[in-house]
Amino acid sequence: MSPLRVAALRKSYDGREVVAGLNFELQRGECYGLLGPNGAGKTTTLRCCLGLTVPDSGDITLVGEPVPARAREARMKIGVVPQFDNLDPDFTAAENLIVYGRYFGMADAAIRPKIAELLDFAGLAGKEDANIRTLSGGMKRRLTLARALVNDPELLLLDEPTTGLDPQARHLIWERLKRLQAQGKTILLTTHFMDEAERLCQRLAIIDDGRMVAEGAPRALIHQQIEPQVVEVYGEDAPGWATREAQAFSRRVEVSGETAFCYVEDAAPLLAHLAAWPNLRTLHRPANLEDVFLKLTGRELRD
Amino acid sequence: MDMFPQLSLRAFAVWRRNFLVWKKLAIPSLLGNLADPMIYLFGLGYGLGGLLPQINGVSYIAFLAAGTVCASTMNAASFEALYSAFSRMHVQRTWEAIMNAPVTLEDVMAGELLWAAAKATLSGTAILVVIAVLGLVASPLALWALPVIFLTGLAFASLGLIVTALAPSYDFFMYYFTLFITPMVLLCGVFFPADQLPPLVQAVAAWLPLTHAVALVRPLLFGEIPAGIVGHVASLLAVAAIAFWIALTLIRRRLLK
Repeated sequence: MSPLRVAALRKSYDGREVVAGLNFELQRGECYGLLGPNGAGKTTTLRCCLGLTVPDSGDITLVGEPVPARAREARMKIGVVPQFDNLDPDFTAAENLIVYGRYFGMADAAIRPKIAELLDFAGLAGKEDANIRTLSGGMKRRLTLARALVNDPELLLLDEPTTGLDPQARHLIWERLKRLQAQGKTILLTTHFMDEAERLCQRLAIIDDGRMVAEGAPRALIHQQIEPQVVEVYGEDAPGWATREAQAFSRRVEVSGETAFCYVEDAAPLLAHLAAWPNLRTLHRPANLEDVFLKLTGRELRD
Repeated sequence: MDMFPQLSLRAFAVWRRNFLVWKKLAIPSLLGNLADPMIYLFGLGYGLGGLLPQINGVSYIAFLAAGTVCASTMNAASFEALYSAFSRMHVQRTWEAIMNAPVTLEDVMAGELLWAAAKATLSGTAILVVIAVLGLVASPLALWALPVIFLTGLAFASLGLIVTALAPSYDFFMYYFTLFITPMVLLCGVFFPADQLPPLVQAVAAWLPLTHAVALVRPLLFGEIPAGIVGHVASLLAVAAIAFWIALTLIRRRLLK
């Protein structure tokens, strides 16, 4: 049984379709990513999956329960890390876990023995009595992750789990998520960090304007969707050079400000040509998920 | 329960959460709740009361004491359902966290309602105890004021949750206090008998929930069985139930869209 199955999901606000016919299905034990620019419909999709937003149409089955009809029962087996920290600022770290466990109908006696282990997992060993207000952003996010594990969920839903964190804090969260997956938990995460998705997700869906534009394993998507090599060309002359010269050596060229992105099968001829342009700096690298993302969702700002 | 099909006993987990926060600051909170009404009671009761004749056969301070119990209960319920609930809903996003667990919005609202009513009961009861110690309570019949205090708390907590459901920010609550709560204190017989007012104003005041609370509590403190108990209790119950239903409908629209 799939931990989460979403079929033909649609949701509009004020006539604007935010989720426009989304289909995806998680496999047990995998980490699945929903990638999309701001406003792509990621958070709305998660809210629908939790039964907090009633979709206009479509079917959702969460851990075997139809949602929203039996969303409460489904949420018994789900852990959620929301986009914005909503730990209880009036409580200590340990109290946050106890009080949250009560929302699952757990007795205090059942929660207390787990506290040390949960805090330890979150890299917060010994912080039982720490005031939430004294914790750093990374510590809060890890405590939120620990809180999401209090009911030993089958499936974790994480909405942009590392947004706003420094690199150290992000790496620690990633390491913990990998550990959870190794323990057999299924993970659904939304993100707009490509490196995060590439590292963590076995499969991912790129979403734009509420529609899925691509789905697959990160390496496979790069392979299918885009040329294998990228040469980035920087400099004042880069846009002019790109319009005149780049086409001859590249399958596809994108210009953004003073940078030209040349997508090529074989970079050697292009690099040889660029040797004659000392004013242009170059960076040759393999194509990555971000290139796929930008190709599929465009380079315009999404505010 | 058909009116609220999503309601469950998880509401008590929400209640307990608020109780745990309150417990950390219980003494200052209780003293804070007592200070303001006591200043009014002693200031007006002794200061102004010395100049006044007896009202319906009792001293002014005894008359005012009964009104103060009701007004404090109303204020405590209103503050909790407005400022505190709004913090939890909007500022701290506590409700959002709770609803990611198997707790529905109905449970959260019921927990908030019962919590605000409980805190109001504590506030009203604290004043009742003080005035009993001062000898302003006539008979053990006053114990029947306790359920009335709780019911008053429920009614004003429900009304407050409607305002919270509509509030864009804390500033909004000033309108509610200025246009609804403060006039009620003046119109509903807290400081003086409502029959001092022009008939038209009296007719309006008869519809206000605080009137019904005062009409029940004051005779009970004087050792009398109130007239028209059923009507007053039914009015308070109706306000509590209807206002809660409206608040729930509005909050659903706000949070579950």
